[in-house]
Amino acid sequence: MSSGGFYFLTGPSGAGKTSLLRLLYLAQRPTRGRIRLFGEELTDASREALPAFRRRIGVVFQDFRLVRHLSAFDNVALPLRISGVSEEEIEDPVREMLAWVGLADRSSARPATLSGGEQQRVAIARAVINRPDLLVADEPTGNVDSDMAKRLLHLFSSLNQLGTTVLVATHDIGLIRAIPGAELIRLEGGTMVDPTGALRNPPARGGVAS
Amino acid sequence: MIGRLISPPAERHLLGLRPLSGPTPWLVAIMSFSILIIAAAGLAIANNAGLFARSVEARYSIEVPNGSARMPALVAALRARDDVMNVSSVPEAEMRADLRRWLGSAADNRDLPVPGLVSFDLEPTASLEPVRARVAAIEPLATIEAHETAIGPILSSLRTLQWVALALVVLLAGAAAAAIVLAARAALDTHRATIEILHGIGGTDDQITTLFQRKITADALVGSLAGALAASLILLMLAAGSTYLGELTGGAALGRGDLFLLAALPFVLTGLAAVVSRRAVLTRLGQTL
Repeated sequence: MSSGGFYFLTGPSGAGKTSLLRLLYLAQRPTRGRIRLFGEELTDASREALPAFRRRIGVVFQDFRLVRHLSAFDNVALPLRISGVSEEEIEDPVREMLAWVGLADRSSARPATLSGGEQQRVAIARAVINRPDLLVADEPTGNVDSDMAKRLLHLFSSLNQLGTTVLVATHDIGLIRAIPGAELIRLEGGTMVDPTGALRNPPARGGVAS
Repeated sequence: MIGRLISPPAERHLLGLRPLSGPTPWLVAIMSFSILIIAAAGLAIANNAGLFARSVEARYSIEVPNGSARMPALVAALRARDDVMNVSSVPEAEMRADLRRWLGSAADNRDLPVPGLVSFDLEPTASLEPVRARVAAIEPLATIEAHETAIGPILSSLRTLQWVALALVVLLAGAAAAAIVLAARAALDTHRATIEILHGIGGTDDQITTLFQRKITADALVGSLAGALAASLILLMLAAGSTYLGELTGGAALGRGDLFLLAALPFVLTGLAAVVSRRAVLTRLGQTL
């Protein structure tokens, strides 16, 4: 993957999409092969080195993974607080992000009181609040209506235009078609294939991940 | 440490735990109570043993078999010496009164030989030998015995009790540490999902550990202070000698240093909880990616 690209990852269930994403966002180590991210070899990186890289990655989990004791506001603010941003500097961007995903009036709601779509939007807001270098999303629009899906995709596209590399795992052909310049990666049986020749650009040197 | 103990408002709800929830405050309170009582007892025993030892270290008794007509001369000779103080003899009537408990009216039989007893203190720097020579000159059959020798086994028992108390304090502190480790591990298991999220967005082990450490340390502080308060009430009653136990310990007073040490114990226990919980959480987190 080249830095600044927009990629869709697709393939049948069980092909290894989620495993590949987990390797990318450094949630597990590979049993074989290498992980190279942001120009760094991270296959055998020490545990202490990983948080700094994880802060450069925004992840939208399929199951949202919100902290159930925290409000929507605090969930979105979590990456900023982890990064040491002061409370004064947190308020505005978090409110702005919640407004962007249409949850300005639900900022104090706990995840349990939010619908699946609302939780998905909080999860997306949390993933992008830090303007990550790499955004990894696993079926990010699976729980939202088509209008919200378009808005979220527009958000991803805007981030991408600002330099964020985006990788979205999805089965939604409509979503893939909505980003004309995006590249398609297809996994089959754990192997990356390109049957349609959709990968228009070969991996660049010094890319985000290889 | 205080700065690390007080979490920012935003972090307080991260683990979703109410303050003082769970068994940790209760466990630590019981440990703190027990440690303080045992430590106070150990210190009181040490103080009593010290007082006891000091009171008898220069005290001697002269025993004269069959009593002696020369008892008055013996007492006078001792009182005349500059290196001898506090000379006192046990009157024969008192000796016979003691014997009457076992012998009944036979103790009043004039044919029954009653030993004569004289006690005295020797100047701390003086030698016993000149006194022994003078006593032998007056009554050759008299024997001199140091009180320290006679009560040696009692002092030895008291010192053993001190060590037993110290060992119990260390043992209870160890048990408290073990309880903290278990509490920390249980908390980690309960919040595994939250930890995964925090790790996933770049949270460091130190940041995550601090969350748990704050909660456990705050619980330990409250628990240890509550236990100490309860123990203080018991100790006050004992010190006042207002209870049977108080009488048993002779209403033994604790010195200022002892009280300072006892007052520090709850905070030492809290510090132990902070260190142990941090170690336990870091160790467990180190086993994840």
